[in-house]
Amino acid sequence: MKRHALIALFLCASFFGTGTAFASAANEAATAADPVAEKRLQKLSEELRCLVCQNQTIADSNAELAQDLRREVRAMIKEGKSDKEIVDFMVVRYGDFVLYRPPVKGITLLLWGGPVGLMLLGLFVLQRYLRRRTQRINTETQPLSADESSRADALLKEINPK
Amino acid sequence: MNRYYWVLGAFAALVALLAIGLKLNPRDVPSPLVGKPAPAFNLHVLATPEKMVGPQDMQGKVWLFNVWSSWCVSCRQEHPVLVEFSKKADVPLVGLNYKEVRGDGNFDMSKMPADDEKKLAFQRANQWLAQHGNPYTLTVMDIDGRVGIDYGVYGVPETYVIDKAGIIRMKHTGPITPQDLSKKILPLLAELNK
Repeated sequence: MKRHALIALFLCASFFGTGTAFASAANEAATAADPVAEKRLQKLSEELRCLVCQNQTIADSNAELAQDLRREVRAMIKEGKSDKEIVDFMVVRYGDFVLYRPPVKGITLLLWGGPVGLMLLGLFVLQRYLRRRTQRINTETQPLSADESSRADALLKEINPK
Repeated sequence: MNRYYWVLGAFAALVALLAIGLKLNPRDVPSPLVGKPAPAFNLHVLATPEKMVGPQDMQGKVWLFNVWSSWCVSCRQEHPVLVEFSKKADVPLVGLNYKEVRGDGNFDMSKMPADDEKKLAFQRANQWLAQHGNPYTLTVMDIDGRVGIDYGVYGVPETYVIDKAGIIRMKHTGPITPQDLSKKILPLLAELNK
């Protein structure tokens, strides 16, 4: 029970954590005029990794480079570039690593397939274990022989004499 | 008993995997620019500000392109290696001074006019080279960091090896150690200059 409460607390904290990050990026956005463009900037920035602080998006990060890249994205939105063109601009310079959702291809196969593969392996092991267990129980539980059952009766009578 | 060996084996494999992971450098992100033409630019030269230079001017030569800045602490660590290199090697070493003023973090850029920033950047870069020695054939000034973005710079210092056809052949992130130079960079330069 205690553990559940802790987990809930942790989840709450992490949600609030991202919430404040959104807010700080939003401050900057508020200075710009076009709300539609800013919304696109926000969405794109959340898809792009900041290479300086590698576990933050360029929306969350306040690193110099993240600021520069947000400026670039904003400029490209103003120029009327599509989302794909903007993402490609980043990938050409920084590689797939800049994407928070890297594309499925040879080198990222383990990344995408790994969890599913591990789950399948787990299911396979579980199923094998359960089957063996059933087999073992079946072989071990044979009906009592006449000798055994008379002994059992005698023992029961000893505990519970009528 | 058999089953415990299996668990032990799996655990050992996990430990080995994590040990390898610990030894990898997360900063070493493979650059997609390797094998691609060096992005074009046209920037002012530090020593002769009226002149502009770009990769097109280096065609036909194998050259090193080193990103540096006076505020970059690791550059100071790398600098003696570059000075040594420039004394021995007959390979042009071009410096890219990256965001000399606005990258420093000690200036309020919203209050500084562009002209002042430019003047200060040239002054600071010149002073730093005078103080620590100048290994560069020439340095170009990327004052707003726009060229840095084209080269995928995310941590100064970074170094690119560019071949005679203007193709980037190697990118090194972080300070160059004497080992990096002798084991990686010099052999590649020798091969490209054949």
